[in-house]
Amino acid sequence: MEVIMKGINKSFSGVQVLKGAGIHVKEKEIHALMGENGAGKSTLMKILSGVYTKQEGLIEINGQEQHFHSIKDSENKKIAFIHQELNVLNEMSIVENMFLGKEIKKKLGLVNNKEMTKIAKEKLHLLGLDVDPTILVKDISVGKRQLVEIAKALLMDAELIIMDEPTAALTDKEIDLLFEIIRNLKNKGVSFIYISHRMEEIFHLCDTITVMRDGSFVGQKDTKDTSFDEIVSMMVGYSLDDRFPRVEIDPGNIVLSVKDLNLNGKFKDVSFDVREGEILGFSGLMGSGRTDVMHAIFGSIPFDSGTISINQKKVQINSPIQAKKNGIGFITEDRKNEGLILSFSVAENTILPSLKNFTEKKLIKESKITGKVAEYIKKLNVRTPNQTIETNKLSGGNQQKIVIAKWLMTDPKILILDEPTRGVDVGAKKEIYEIINHLKKQGVAIIVVSSELPEVLGICDRIAVMHEGVLKKIFTRLDATQEKIMEYATGGGK
Amino acid sequence: MARFEGVFRKYGTVLGLILLVVLITIINPRFITLDNILNIFRQVSINGLIAFGMTFVILTGGIDLSVGAILALSGMLLGLMIAAGVPELIAIPTVIIFGALLGLFNGIFVAKVKLQAFIVTLATMTMYRGITMIISDGIPAMGLTSDAPILNFFSQGSILGLPFPMVLLLIVFVILMILLKYTVFGRGVYAIGGNEEVARLASLPTDRIKTMVYVISGTMAALAGVILTSRLSSAQPTAGMMFELDAIAAVVIGGTSLAGGKGRLFGTLIGVLIIGVLNNGLNIIGVSAFYQQFIKGLVILLAVILDRKSTR
Repeated sequence: MEVIMKGINKSFSGVQVLKGAGIHVKEKEIHALMGENGAGKSTLMKILSGVYTKQEGLIEINGQEQHFHSIKDSENKKIAFIHQELNVLNEMSIVENMFLGKEIKKKLGLVNNKEMTKIAKEKLHLLGLDVDPTILVKDISVGKRQLVEIAKALLMDAELIIMDEPTAALTDKEIDLLFEIIRNLKNKGVSFIYISHRMEEIFHLCDTITVMRDGSFVGQKDTKDTSFDEIVSMMVGYSLDDRFPRVEIDPGNIVLSVKDLNLNGKFKDVSFDVREGEILGFSGLMGSGRTDVMHAIFGSIPFDSGTISINQKKVQINSPIQAKKNGIGFITEDRKNEGLILSFSVAENTILPSLKNFTEKKLIKESKITGKVAEYIKKLNVRTPNQTIETNKLSGGNQQKIVIAKWLMTDPKILILDEPTRGVDVGAKKEIYEIINHLKKQGVAIIVVSSELPEVLGICDRIAVMHEGVLKKIFTRLDATQEKIMEYATGGGK
Repeated sequence: MARFEGVFRKYGTVLGLILLVVLITIINPRFITLDNILNIFRQVSINGLIAFGMTFVILTGGIDLSVGAILALSGMLLGLMIAAGVPELIAIPTVIIFGALLGLFNGIFVAKVKLQAFIVTLATMTMYRGITMIISDGIPAMGLTSDAPILNFFSQGSILGLPFPMVLLLIVFVILMILLKYTVFGRGVYAIGGNEEVARLASLPTDRIKTMVYVISGTMAALAGVILTSRLSSAQPTAGMMFELDAIAAVVIGGTSLAGGKGRLFGTLIGVLIIGVLNNGLNIIGVSAFYQQFIKGLVILLAVILDRKSTR
C-alpha cells in the first residue's frame, strides 16, 4: 500500500502540535519514523489510524484521498496500529484476544470457538509461532504477545502496519525473530511504519527514514545513503559533536562501601566502593540483579545479610526515609510507576522528597516552593510551560529531568541513577550526562545503572558487571570494551 | 473556553449548590429564612464531620465503611458512661480517643498488614456494630442530657448566634484544611492516592500516613457520635446505620476521586451542603420521602458525570 500524508496540521486546545507534518510510505517498504520525544510522531500516526482527525492537510492511500473520522475508517483501509503498550488482555486467551470485537458467530449469536481457534492457529503459524491459541496471554512472553498483536493485524489483512517502539521490552532473540517476521511480511506486500529510538535497529531493518522535528516534516532519507550522525542532527536540528561529554577529576575518599550484600534469589555477595566525584557504572543483562542491589541500598527492598557503610561508618538502612537521611538519592528505572505521580504538577512532584525543607513551624510555605522549583527548572533546562502543568503533559526527557530535580533538591552525597536516559531523546540525553558530570565535579558519589553499553563506557569511571545476581568484575574505564563487558554479563570471562 | 472550563472544574459544585438553593427558594421562599439555614447547618454537622474524615481516607485511595459503626459504638459508650455517673469532662474526651483507636485498628490492617481497605472496614464495621450490641444489650441509653450541661450545650447552645454543631463543623473544617493543604502529612495523603510506590520511594512515611487517615476518620466519626448523642439525648445501638454511604456520597459529589489523589476538602463541605439542602428543601416544598430518595441518588449520579466531563 502506498500512503502519502502531506501538510498535516493539528492543534490541541490552542497548542499546535503538528504543522506541515507528513510521510510518504511506498508499497513493500519498511519506513522508519524518527524524531525526539514530543516531535509529533505519535500524533501523526494517531491521525493515520483515525484516533485523531486532522485539521488541515492531505491523506492519500493508493492515490485516493481519505478522510478518517474513526479507527474503524482506518481499519477499513487495512491500516493496523500496534501500540507500545500492547493492547492485549492478559487474562484472556490468544484467540479471544485476536478476535476481540470481531468474533465469528454461529447462528443464535453464539461464538464459534472452533472456527476462531483454527484461523488463529493458521495466522500464528504464518508468523512461525506454534503455540496453542487457547492458552492465556499472561502465560506467554512479552515477545510472543507482540506477535499476537501482529497476528491480529494479519486477521484484518492489514496492508500497512504501524509499530511504536516494538522492541522496547524484547530480548535480543525475540528482536531477531520479530525482524525476520517483519521482513517476511514485507516480501508478501505489507508496508510498515516503524517508530523507534534505537538507531542501530533502524539502520538494520528499515529501507527509508522520515525525520520529524517540532511537529514538522524535516526530511526523508534512504537508509543506505545516510548515517547515524546525519539522522541525529536532523532530529535535533544541530550537530551533536560529542555524545558523551566527559569530566576528568581525581576521585576523593570512599563514600559508599557495600560488603557481601545478599538477598536470596536476587543477588549474592555483592561488594563494591564508590568514591567522591566518581561515577561507577553497573552493567548486566535485564534480571541480573542490578536494580535489586540498588533498591536494597536505598532501603526500598529488604536484604538478608551484608553491610553498607557511608564515610567508613556502618549504617542501618531499612527504608527510603533512612536512605535519604544518609544522603542517598535514587532515580528509579520506571519513571511512570516509581518516579513520578503523573497526575501531579511539576512543582508537586519536584518537592516530594524534600517537603520538609519547605515548612515553617510545620506548615508548608507555598512561596518558598515556587522559587526553588523555578531554580531547578532553570538549572536542569526543563522545558515546561509552567510549574503547575501536570507532569504527564511533558515529554519523556523533561519528565526524567523532573525526577532528577526531585533528588537534587535533597542535596544527596550519593546518587543512584537507574537507566537515567531510557526513553529519552538524544538532545536531552546529552543534557542529562552534563548534569551527572556537574554533580561529579561537586564531589557526589554516583552510580549509573544502564543497559546501554556506549553510555556506560562513555560516562563512567569504573564499570561493575553483574550476571545472575553475582558481581563478576569491576573494570576501570580504560580496560573496558563492549566485548569484555558482554562476555562477563553473559556469564563468560575468567 | 479553557478558562471557563477551569472555573467550572473548580467551582462547578458551588454553582450546583447555588442553583439548588435558588430553585427551592423559587418554589417555596420559606426555605431561605435565617432560621432554616442555621437549621440546615445543624442537620448537616454530623454527616459533615464524618465526610471530612472520609475525604482523607478516600484521597489516599482507601475507603472507610466502619464510620457509622464507630459513631454508634462511641455514642453508646458515652451514653453508658454518663448513665453510670462518669463526669462529662472525662467521658467526652475518652470517647473521642476511643474513636481514634478504633480508626487506628482499621489503619494498621490497611497500612501494615496491607489488606484492602474495603474488606478491612467492612469487617470492622460488623465487629464494631457487634460490640455496640454487646455492651448495650441492644437497649438504648436514654435521658442523658438532663444532668449534663456540656452535652446540653452541644445540642442547644450557640456561639455568636450560630448553633454549636455548626461552629464545631466550621472549626474542624479549618483545622483539617490546614492539615491537608499546608503540612507534609497532607501532601503525603495526596501523593499516596496519586501513586503509593512513588510516594514511598520519595521517602515519605507512607505506612504512617495511611494509618493516620483512618485515625482521623475514626476520630471524626466519634465526634459525630458525641454530637448525635447530645442531640437525641440518648444513645441508640442502631444509630449511624448507612451514614458511611451519605459521607461517601458527599465526598464524591464534592469532586474527590474514589481512585484517590484528587479532590478538596472544600468540595466535601459543598457536597455535604448539597445533600443537606436537598433533604431540607425537598421536605419544605413537600416532596414525599420516596421521591426524595430517588432525587438524592440522581444528584449523586449527576455530580459524578459532571465531574468526569470537566476533568476530561
